[in-house]
Amino acid sequence: MLNLLKGTFRVFMHLFRPRETISYPEERPYIPPRWRGKIVLTRTKEGRERCVACYLCSAACPVDCIALQATEDESGRRYPEFFRINFSRCIFCGFCEEACPTYAIQLTPDYEMAEYDRSQLVYEKDDLLVDGEGKYPGYDFYQVAGVAVVGKDKGEAEHESPPVDLHRLGD
Amino acid sequence: MSDTVLSLATIVGVLFSALTFAGVLIWMERRLLALWQDRLGPNRLGPLGLGQVLADTIKIISKEDWVPPFADKPLFILAPAVIMATTLLSFAVVAFTPSIAVVHLDIGLLFFLGMSSLGVYSVVIAGWSSNSKYPLLGSMRAAAQMFGYEVFMGLSLMGVVMQARSFDLRTIVLAQHTLWNCVPQFVGFVVFLIAGFAEARRLPFDLPEAENELVAGYHTEYSGMKFGMFFVGEYVGILLISSFITMLFMGGWQGPLLPPLAWFAVKTLAFVALFILVRASLSRPRYDELIAFGWKLLLPLSILNLLVTGAVLLLKDR
Repeated sequence: MLNLLKGTFRVFMHLFRPRETISYPEERPYIPPRWRGKIVLTRTKEGRERCVACYLCSAACPVDCIALQATEDESGRRYPEFFRINFSRCIFCGFCEEACPTYAIQLTPDYEMAEYDRSQLVYEKDDLLVDGEGKYPGYDFYQVAGVAVVGKDKGEAEHESPPVDLHRLGD
Repeated sequence: MSDTVLSLATIVGVLFSALTFAGVLIWMERRLLALWQDRLGPNRLGPLGLGQVLADTIKIISKEDWVPPFADKPLFILAPAVIMATTLLSFAVVAFTPSIAVVHLDIGLLFFLGMSSLGVYSVVIAGWSSNSKYPLLGSMRAAAQMFGYEVFMGLSLMGVVMQARSFDLRTIVLAQHTLWNCVPQFVGFVVFLIAGFAEARRLPFDLPEAENELVAGYHTEYSGMKFGMFFVGEYVGILLISSFITMLFMGGWQGPLLPPLAWFAVKTLAFVALFILVRASLSRPRYDELIAFGWKLLLPLSILNLLVTGAVLLLKDR
């Protein structure tokens, strides 16, 4: 019986505790930087698209919400002709980010994506592309990969030696 | 002529304020429960979230009023009306202030006890006419619980009646002008408080509607405004029990400085808050524990209280 009274008093004293509730639109909760929220496509420092349309994100996606079409520009760089993420399907697992070899696709702490119409949740490339570099500043796939494109031949990338000509090894 | 107008005005005023307060109580309970659980509760709609009362009312009135095809239709419709009628009728004898009361009955307290006993018919009829298993189980529990708790609810009040030598509520309140009954009748006060929880079917005595075992107990099959009447009836019941505790044990309208009606309201609302606090902190006992607690502890206790009060009064008279 005494325990009941003690318990009741303890509950009463909770009146003076701070609230757990966050009054959402006015107050905001702390969202960690590595939060898996809205997906974006980032750019390099020069403002070029990082995505090379390798389809790895699309293949890794467990719910098949990523659709894209690869194409090539005149300098030989691959890029997606369209890039579409259906956020009404996306489960925000982050597998696409892990699969991406160029740090192009990234998940952000933005979670305010509610829409009245389901079709509004299909994001096109224009909606996904952002201006910044996201979580990996300074990284540029074409500057570290041994791929030849117009303006950068093999062996001209960072930390890269010129290619060895096997036929002239004996000279 | 003016007497008629005055009593009509009192009736309308009492009915209106009882129902309005019951509606506000729904909001108050949600806010208070939230406060005791470190939350905020409904605070968006209108000032302090009071618009929630209106929104809830509109919602429940606009819902489809549906009678299940397997139910016993006349009884099914009758049941919620019974609980509203009996609880609201009990307000007729409540002495709010020396002058404000719908009727001054010599047997006001007996009238209240009779009406609250009739209230259980509502629950039993609701469970029976629903013609499905969980409501029936709930109403069986309600019946057994009422058997147990109605007996000593009446007995616990007899000490108060003996001290005031009257069943008239106004006389009982006036008899407390020197000392509130909660001091000399402390046992009776505690027993009546517990019986009041059972009478209002509130936690920890809400076994008739124990939602984690019986879906929603006796009102499982109800929806729309018929459910709303059970819902509001529960809050009117809380208000009723609280106002009777105020009158019988806490000196009714008596108190310094403030006008009588304000004192009555403050005391009643304090007990309403206690009802909600108990809901926030206590869990529901097992069914047999509850019945055993009533018959084996509280009934002997209230009889003992009755005997001691009688003996003391007789000794004083010598």
